[in-house]
Amino acid sequence: MATTSAHSDENYINCEKGLWSWLTTVDHKRIGVMYMICVMFFFLVGGIMALLLRLELFAPNKVAGVGGVLSDGNVYNQVMTYHGAIMVFMVIVPGIPAILGNFFLPLHIGAKDVAFPKLNLASWYCFMAGAAMAIFTFFTTRIDTGWTFYTPYSIRTGTATAMMVMAAFVMGFSSILTGLNFIVTVHKLRAPGMTMHRMPLFVWAMYSTAIIQVLATPVLAITLMLIAAERFLGIGIFDPKLGGDPVLFQHFFWFYSHPAVYIMIIPAMGVVSELLTAFSRKVIFGYTAIAYSSLGIAAVSFFVWGHHMFVSGQSATAGIVFSFITMLVGVPTAIKMFNWVATIYKGSVSFEAPMLFALGFLFLFAIGGVTGIMLAVLPIDVHFHDTYFVVAHFHYVMVGGTLMAIMGGFYYWFPKMFGKMHSDVTARLSFVFIFIGFNVTFFPQFILGAMGMPRRYFDYIPQYETLNKISTVGSWLIAVGFLIGLYTIVQGLLKGPKAPANPWGAKTLEWTIPSPPTMHNFEVEPVVTAGPYEYR
Amino acid sequence: MSTDNAHGGAHVAHHFKDATQQYDSGKEGIWLFMVTEILMFGGLFVGYAIYHNMYPEMFSEGASSLDWKMGFINTLVLIFSSFTMAISITFCQKNDKKKAAMALATTILCGAVFMCIKYFEYSHKFHLGLLPGKYLDVAKVGAEHANLGLYFGFYYCMTGLHGLHVLIGMGLISWCLIKTLRGDFSDQYWLPVEGVGLFWHIVDLIWIFLFPLLYLVG
Amino acid sequence: MAQNQNNDRNHLHPHITPMATYLKVAGVLFALTFLTIIAHHFNKSLGALAAPVAFLIAMVKAFFVMAWFMHMKDDKVLNRVIFGTGFFFLFVLFIFCAMDLATRVMEISPL
Repeated sequence: MATTSAHSDENYINCEKGLWSWLTTVDHKRIGVMYMICVMFFFLVGGIMALLLRLELFAPNKVAGVGGVLSDGNVYNQVMTYHGAIMVFMVIVPGIPAILGNFFLPLHIGAKDVAFPKLNLASWYCFMAGAAMAIFTFFTTRIDTGWTFYTPYSIRTGTATAMMVMAAFVMGFSSILTGLNFIVTVHKLRAPGMTMHRMPLFVWAMYSTAIIQVLATPVLAITLMLIAAERFLGIGIFDPKLGGDPVLFQHFFWFYSHPAVYIMIIPAMGVVSELLTAFSRKVIFGYTAIAYSSLGIAAVSFFVWGHHMFVSGQSATAGIVFSFITMLVGVPTAIKMFNWVATIYKGSVSFEAPMLFALGFLFLFAIGGVTGIMLAVLPIDVHFHDTYFVVAHFHYVMVGGTLMAIMGGFYYWFPKMFGKMHSDVTARLSFVFIFIGFNVTFFPQFILGAMGMPRRYFDYIPQYETLNKISTVGSWLIAVGFLIGLYTIVQGLLKGPKAPANPWGAKTLEWTIPSPPTMHNFEVEPVVTAGPYEYR
Repeated sequence: MSTDNAHGGAHVAHHFKDATQQYDSGKEGIWLFMVTEILMFGGLFVGYAIYHNMYPEMFSEGASSLDWKMGFINTLVLIFSSFTMAISITFCQKNDKKKAAMALATTILCGAVFMCIKYFEYSHKFHLGLLPGKYLDVAKVGAEHANLGLYFGFYYCMTGLHGLHVLIGMGLISWCLIKTLRGDFSDQYWLPVEGVGLFWHIVDLIWIFLFPLLYLVG
Repeated sequence: MAQNQNNDRNHLHPHITPMATYLKVAGVLFALTFLTIIAHHFNKSLGALAAPVAFLIAMVKAFFVMAWFMHMKDDKVLNRVIFGTGFFFLFVLFIFCAMDLATRVMEISPL
């Protein structure tokens, strides 16, 4: 009943108090914040795993005292598996869609909420239930299969594999429900005048991602269930003992997991589009091309999964077909890169932290993307598969790409979400440490891979020692960077000055409402008469 | 502020602008969920197709132990239940609470009949030692093919997952039945029945393919 | 008050399929199920065609269930596109796996 008057301080955070009001909320903004807290925590856990791995790899094992941080190879395999599984299923796949997508998709299209708010809360509970199951395995026999659960080892190993795959299954359900929610929201809840071609590019990115989530995740679901069936019943579908084919497992697994990496990167690209145009104060170059390239990447991503399997035993014909199509997927991605650079050109550019992260994305994702094209070339991959070259490639796109975008997005939207301004100085400092630390960690790994160092090994020959040392030191710099980032956010929340409605001078709809927004988002339903980036 | 019409009007949630938008959105969401069911079950069908092609004689041996008459009856039962589910929606739309409830109850009953027949099939197989995967003792069963366990792995996974969905469907239809008896549905609000109906039809659809593939194409 | 309910988006106009239609569709489905069994009795003479024939009959039955019981005939085009997309990508999964398995070459180690 209460209509907030102009000076009222009521917003979505303080309108209802108490933990229970949060745990039973159906407000997309609160759900986004809940995801944020949980995902940040899981990122911390996965990050600690990474630091442990890098510590183990600081020196070859025969170097006394330093080389054997983790007691043996079995422990290393477990830490390596948890690092991957946590980062993939609990941080990067939910990441931007669940946090920033939930918070800002409705705001960007002028809606009061997502299409199915109660389903949104159910998504969060699914995610938490799955995460709890995953963490629970840590206190049992743990998993050591690698996050990819390849058979037949995942069938035979004595560790808590069945529970972990069920955890991933439950989290996958969360992903499906979020995607479903977003598709219907974009189709149905746009404000008057908000045509598809007036939506912010962030929304196009969320929409494309949602399509992948709905189409790809069910195949992962059945694959995970079949692993459990293999472990309990020995059904034989992936087990050579009964004439099954382990490569078929890989087909089923990567049918989801390749589109999944586009679930990880397309939202990041959506964020970058928003950041570059806002901090160049210039209309985005090639709106239509960027919008449709998101859909294009999503579509083509379903046809390339075999490039993870070039040396697994699939036929040479299949390898050639997948190699060719994989090179095609670079095209829509490159289209975006050129359009972004053209956006900055002759813009009125400022270098606050969000822009630094966006620029960092352009540089790092370019390297990651290009090395991906290298790996798409079949004979090159035969040499590089399962080496550190691949590790470096996917960290460049996932960390150098997605994580950069998430940090930039956090700093950009933090004032809107919490009504406080964070310190841009410490935010920029965090960028410096993360950017430099990232390159110090992962660039040497390209070289290590080319020199032949295998991945997922807990030891190595002395020739690789120097580069590994450099890489480990880099990981410490990254850690410092994220700690500074955490400090920035906490300090901003506790002591930051009040944020205005539009601190960056940006043009999308969320900046027309107070910081933080009221519970119902828009007091008056917006009527849209222009595109989202009308800067000049 | 709800925008109810007369009696039994639909409550429109605050984030929708009218009942039509709410209905269309709900329908679309349900169809998207059905897509995920198709892809999930479809994975099993793909695996089945591949191995059937790889081991045609072994699959033939496995299929010969299935009683096609029971599968046939189950197919008719499910098709009939799809019919009763569809007409229950019509009765809701015509504000005929009693007939809608009877149609829904009949659907649940058909589901129960299906599960009973399934139970007889399974227990007969267990009795013969036709167990999934590693539990199938080739010598005890007198199997010609050493990897017969693979066929029964598929059989139990596919029919088991399907049976689980029959049970879930029965639960959802029971929920609809309770709401129907309470008078929650009308010609202005029937979407949950339609949604559950779509789920039930998918369950029927999957069986329409499972029956010939498992029982007949030996 | 019977306002102009035709333009009132708060007033739903359910598309009610006639009972006769449902009965006819159910009848067709029953008949096709019998046909499936009859085709099965010609299993041996059909040989390699047995599987495709069974699959084809199943597809016809599926069409009837989808078009009338699931109301696809009267529904929005978008919902049909959504549902069809699922089948399309399932087909993609199948075709690439099948292509792999069909083109594998048995290699004997020279060692």
